[in-house]
Amino acid sequence: MPSATLSHLEALESEAVHILREVAACASRPALLFSGGKDSAVCLHLAQKAFWPARVPFVALHIDTGHNFPEVLRFRDEVTARAGVELVVARVQDDIDAGRVAEEPGGIRNRLQTVTLLRAISEGGFDAAVGGARRDEEGSRAKERVFSHRDRQGRWDPRNQRPELWDIYNSLRHPGEHLRVFPLSNWTESDVWHYIAEEGVELPSLYFAHSRPVLERSGMLLPVSDLLRPQPGEQVRTETVRFRTVGDATCTGCVVSQAATPAEVAAEVDASRISERGATRLDDRFSEAGMEDRKRQGYF
Amino acid sequence: MADLVRVATAGSVDDGKSTLIGRLLLDSGSVPADQVANLEQAAMRQRDRLLDLARLTDGLRAEREQGITIDVAYRYFSTPRRRFILADTPGHFHYTRNMVTGASGADVALVLVDASRGPTSQTRRHIYIAGLLGVRQMVVCLNKMDLVGWSFERFDEMGSELVRYARAVGLSGVELVPISALLGDNIVNASANTPWYEGKPLLELLETLEVRPAGRRSSPRLAVQYVVRKHPSGPSSAPFRARYYAGTVTGGSFVAGQEVVVLPAGRRTRLAELRGPGGRALEEATHAQAVTVSLADDLDVGRGDVLSPPDDQPLVARGLEAMVCAMSEAQPLASGSTYHMLVGRALHTVRLQSLVHRVDTDTLALEDPGPTLGLNEIGRAEIVSDTEVVFDPYRTSRHTGGFVLVDPGSKLTVGAGTILGAFDPEAGRQVVRYRGQVSRFDRCSQGATVWLTGLPAAGKSTLGACLERLLVEAGRPAYLIDGDNVRHGLCADLGFGPKDRQENVRRLGELAKLFADAGLVAVVAAVSPYRQGREEVRRSHEKAGLPFFEVHVDTPVETCELRDPKGLYAKARSGELDGFTGVDDPYEPPAKPEATVRPQDGGPALVAAALARHLGLVGGELEELAAPA
Repeated sequence: MPSATLSHLEALESEAVHILREVAACASRPALLFSGGKDSAVCLHLAQKAFWPARVPFVALHIDTGHNFPEVLRFRDEVTARAGVELVVARVQDDIDAGRVAEEPGGIRNRLQTVTLLRAISEGGFDAAVGGARRDEEGSRAKERVFSHRDRQGRWDPRNQRPELWDIYNSLRHPGEHLRVFPLSNWTESDVWHYIAEEGVELPSLYFAHSRPVLERSGMLLPVSDLLRPQPGEQVRTETVRFRTVGDATCTGCVVSQAATPAEVAAEVDASRISERGATRLDDRFSEAGMEDRKRQGYF
Repeated sequence: MADLVRVATAGSVDDGKSTLIGRLLLDSGSVPADQVANLEQAAMRQRDRLLDLARLTDGLRAEREQGITIDVAYRYFSTPRRRFILADTPGHFHYTRNMVTGASGADVALVLVDASRGPTSQTRRHIYIAGLLGVRQMVVCLNKMDLVGWSFERFDEMGSELVRYARAVGLSGVELVPISALLGDNIVNASANTPWYEGKPLLELLETLEVRPAGRRSSPRLAVQYVVRKHPSGPSSAPFRARYYAGTVTGGSFVAGQEVVVLPAGRRTRLAELRGPGGRALEEATHAQAVTVSLADDLDVGRGDVLSPPDDQPLVARGLEAMVCAMSEAQPLASGSTYHMLVGRALHTVRLQSLVHRVDTDTLALEDPGPTLGLNEIGRAEIVSDTEVVFDPYRTSRHTGGFVLVDPGSKLTVGAGTILGAFDPEAGRQVVRYRGQVSRFDRCSQGATVWLTGLPAAGKSTLGACLERLLVEAGRPAYLIDGDNVRHGLCADLGFGPKDRQENVRRLGELAKLFADAGLVAVVAAVSPYRQGREEVRRSHEKAGLPFFEVHVDTPVETCELRDPKGLYAKARSGELDGFTGVDDPYEPPAKPEATVRPQDGGPALVAAALARHLGLVGGELEELAAPA
């Protein structure tokens, strides 16, 4: 009989470590999708713990929209260098320049990432891509397997997912097919923040309260930058804000907050009544099926 | 910290599972405000203005369009008392495999039945699957009670039918709740419409239900998942010489420094280092904990090997009897076909040697399966692996007893199964055995042999009698085979020479094996002085996949001689008796008995109770009965 049981966070950590090790054992060239956001930072932290005392046997792959927060890029370079992980950057701009995708009206590039992601996976010969997506984020994510199969074109078939029982993951696949793997599947936003606080996981500074010029658009607070200028009628004001997610800088909103430490953010998240994506992702609010459509095509 | 309960829904299509989950989430305050707002906006477009609660879990476009659930959705919520992971599974027959996915990790099955229609074939199939997957607790919600006028008679009639069925498939704890998921009756608050219902509303029931998480009480196992080596290229930050093995502990605990056996090779070594994620040194690692270990000896260990305590090892066999469920429409499970079998962290290539029967989940009748099991059909199969499989029977461990079958061509998951036990694929080459209609695993109890060995007058028969009585009182069929008694009948033709003694032990062993196969705990009390004879009995049990527990009743010869109830020692000393064990014939004590009991351990009743618990013959709900008064 075990004399002790794991705490909630320890159990989630062990499950994620188990999944990451399964990827390393079953894939010949795995990549860790690394945006510099908090979920990918947690994944990298977990991978470092999973493979102790060896280095992380993954390549870090960043799909760069070109619409970046400078502090996130700095963080990305520093943290991957310190972990001794090779960083591969695939640029959406290259696909736009080559005519493989066209800029969308409004200039938001989140959707365009799919083409770049699939190109990077195929060019890099990656057979598994680890992502920080969580099932609590959104309806179609709640349906996703931990080991999610993608066909040669990178497509997800939500009507025909492989059964996934216990902790057994079928990672077998044909050449050219790949797997998307989600070690944080069973984590909630609250769990992520409590883990960051407990483990001292490093994050880009914009996750914590700071002063920044913002404007209000479609009910959201958006950061003013070279990429996002006020339109006629929009007022720029300075607020103390923090970000809940990090994405395309032209459509990622922030929330007014005084939370300056991970523990303070965790407390705010626990008290919040608004979902992470509902609060801060303009592009997810276009339609109920927005995420599913993008995922079918090969999105994260 | 609130404990975590994993709940999977079950039931037919249109019984209201997604609506119920939506209601639970909404009424427990677990839905973010923006999602509630989306729901309210959508409701304004509907004629009845009712919230479409199923939208909270039916996350796929096709699901919303067709109004059915296709795949399992996971939702997370917590109350001050507990955390929940809810797997909302599809009711549609076609998507049963997705229900199996959701139920495989569940502690509680939440079964919905449309009270206006009653239980369907699919309701029974889901309850059967929950039983097969070892879900211990079931809560049956009779939904849409408003459509039957909140009738107690209707509730009682359907409820008793379902409880009968659930018991028959091995689900012991069943709770019934009359609800309306759409209107919210008896979900979070007790309903005024059911004054006759004395139980708790659903949420409170889920918060207070006693849940025994699967796997925690079984045997400690560490399946090697990944061999940690130095990074092949680039400068290494931490060069290390030892090899490390990473994996997740299941079923119990390991402590640093303890002896382990590596299976299937069977080599013994010690856990030199035991570390958690990030290399944190641990004294003890528990169920579900990811660890990294190094071994005291340089052994050839790879992914799929299993580490276990030497005195509590898993089984190793090439032939497996299992229950299987077919999960592919295009590729039925066919006898004679080859599959990859994923069990624990190992991948084996196996042949589905034969399909024994198919289960009719409505009547529980066992049918002739023919050559294949089609999509969602369940049956028993004999599987032969090219390589040795390390496993535990599923009923003792989910983690080392469940498996997945993958088609080597398509790479698709085409089936899943639970291992019942081992069978000998070589057996019956010369003599074809008659295979009966029922196998050991169909019987209402599972047998074992407890072999009490020791000097004459050591107290074997007294201990055996206590153990037999205790087991029977705890509801476990048992029978004492006393070595002395058998010599009056079955072994009346045998004397006390070494050859006859050997034959005597062989017959006792075969007799015990038959009793154990029939579902009894055979308690054998016999001097059985020679190690080799007892080892042969052990091997023949292992070959048959039956548990064998050797117990050394280690009473010193001086004590035995003092007791000497039959005056045999006196006779041997005076030369009246020849070849008496302990006097002029050797007693060879067991090298590695499962247990050793000594006079100082206490009286026979106390020792019998401790022994029954130690060997896992009683446990869980029977534990109180076994405790000494």
